[in-house]
Amino acid sequence: MDRLMKVNKSAELAIIDFFRLLLENDRVSGIFTLRKINKDDSVDYCLVTDENRLDEAIPFYPFMPANAGQILSRFSPMNKPVAVVIKPCELRAFIELVKREQGTLDNFLLISYSCAGVFPIIKTGDEPFEKFLPSYWETVKRGGISQGIRQTCKVCEHFLPMNADITISLIGENKLDSECKMFLNTDKAKEFAKDFEGEMLEEDLESPVINSLLTKRKGEKEDLFTELSSKYSGLDGMINIFGRCIGCHGCSRVCPICYCTLCDFESHNYDYSASILEREISQKGALRLPPDTIFFHLGRLIHMSFSCIGCGLCTEVCPANIPVSTLFIKIGEETAKMFDYIPGRNVKEAIPVTVFKEEEFAELGE
Amino acid sequence: MGEVKINNFKPKIVGYLCNWCTYAAADLAGASRLDIKPSINVIRVMCSSRIDQNLILTTFFGGADGILIAGCHPGDCHYDKGNYYARRRYALLKKVLETLKLDPERLQLSWISAAEGKRYATVVNEFTERIRKLGPNPINNNSYF
Repeated sequence: MDRLMKVNKSAELAIIDFFRLLLENDRVSGIFTLRKINKDDSVDYCLVTDENRLDEAIPFYPFMPANAGQILSRFSPMNKPVAVVIKPCELRAFIELVKREQGTLDNFLLISYSCAGVFPIIKTGDEPFEKFLPSYWETVKRGGISQGIRQTCKVCEHFLPMNADITISLIGENKLDSECKMFLNTDKAKEFAKDFEGEMLEEDLESPVINSLLTKRKGEKEDLFTELSSKYSGLDGMINIFGRCIGCHGCSRVCPICYCTLCDFESHNYDYSASILEREISQKGALRLPPDTIFFHLGRLIHMSFSCIGCGLCTEVCPANIPVSTLFIKIGEETAKMFDYIPGRNVKEAIPVTVFKEEEFAELGE
Repeated sequence: MGEVKINNFKPKIVGYLCNWCTYAAADLAGASRLDIKPSINVIRVMCSSRIDQNLILTTFFGGADGILIAGCHPGDCHYDKGNYYARRRYALLKKVLETLKLDPERLQLSWISAAEGKRYATVVNEFTERIRKLGPNPINNNSYF
């Protein structure tokens, strides 16, 4: 049983009230949340420090303009506490970055929620997803998979936050519009929420609705993987999937795990000099230019797939519609399984390539 | 024509050999005048853990028919634990290739100590034979890679 606070207001109003209390009492220096930019329903992440500007905050809006884990790593460590509301996958990304010494957990009050998925980034010519929003929130209450959300979200199994100080329960909450359940998971959370008005209860976050959603999503994932595995097989499969890559490296820019500022693939290490090109062409008769696009994807898969938290931004930004994240989630599952690793589960869990066990893989080495 | 080509096929193998064990073993094998197939092109590295997976991919995409990574036996690393890391990285690389159904057959990891000159010759000869049966690296005819 987990300790929770029930507030008789809609989840969004309750959390904004909570923010107001935190700011008024000077318990935090700022709130990191999604907000509305203008009337066109554009949304961005923002660090709010003035309580009068909290009206713009829309903490649970089903949209991911960037991976917040990546953003948090840019501004931590903070000198004063900051409360952040982020999605479970973003939190896991942040944990992975902290492991890589790209940020610290100090002075963050980590608030997350059971996430029902987000809508795709609207590109030129796309229909806005606003029309789906009412049905989205109805589906959240029921615990179903909403129409119009991203493929990656439809197959996500880790929609309950790991390592959050406060978890807001959204999925399966029938009375989402009139009450809010805040699970206070840590002492830190209890300290921050100490004079926030609400009824203290004991309840489990995991409910039958959550479990049935998990089963549904697992089913979706199986279907997706089966569909994908028919496409990739051997070198031809690589060409099938990555052949239309334009080599923009956008997938690695938005990836929270790909944190290296001096990326090997963007270095001059793999530049083709004229003489190398001549040799290649004389051998092959033709050569795709720019070369090495498939090498880039394979290299990324090998280097960091085990830490892939499946946020799906790589697929989102791909101008060539390559299902990058699907492949990463598939390969990541396989590689993480080898080391009994779940990215973002525990900040103390070492990154697989930085440790070893003497007795493992004894069968390797012929 | 294709048949003849395969029969005459001389594999090009790149061997990443650890300076402290396998490279010395290769030396020993040579000094002992053991019969070693000339297919292997040796690159000396200071430790098997120096082999980043990108290096393997570059070698493979560069057209090598086979790649041999060889270092000290587990527990005998000159730097104490380098080969354990190498082993994990190799396992990871192999897993990714297997999942993508990219044949990892062209890749081999071997533990050969400085005293095992004979073993070095056997490993290289057997690996060469395996690659010869597999035929040339298909990447050499593929303009996408």
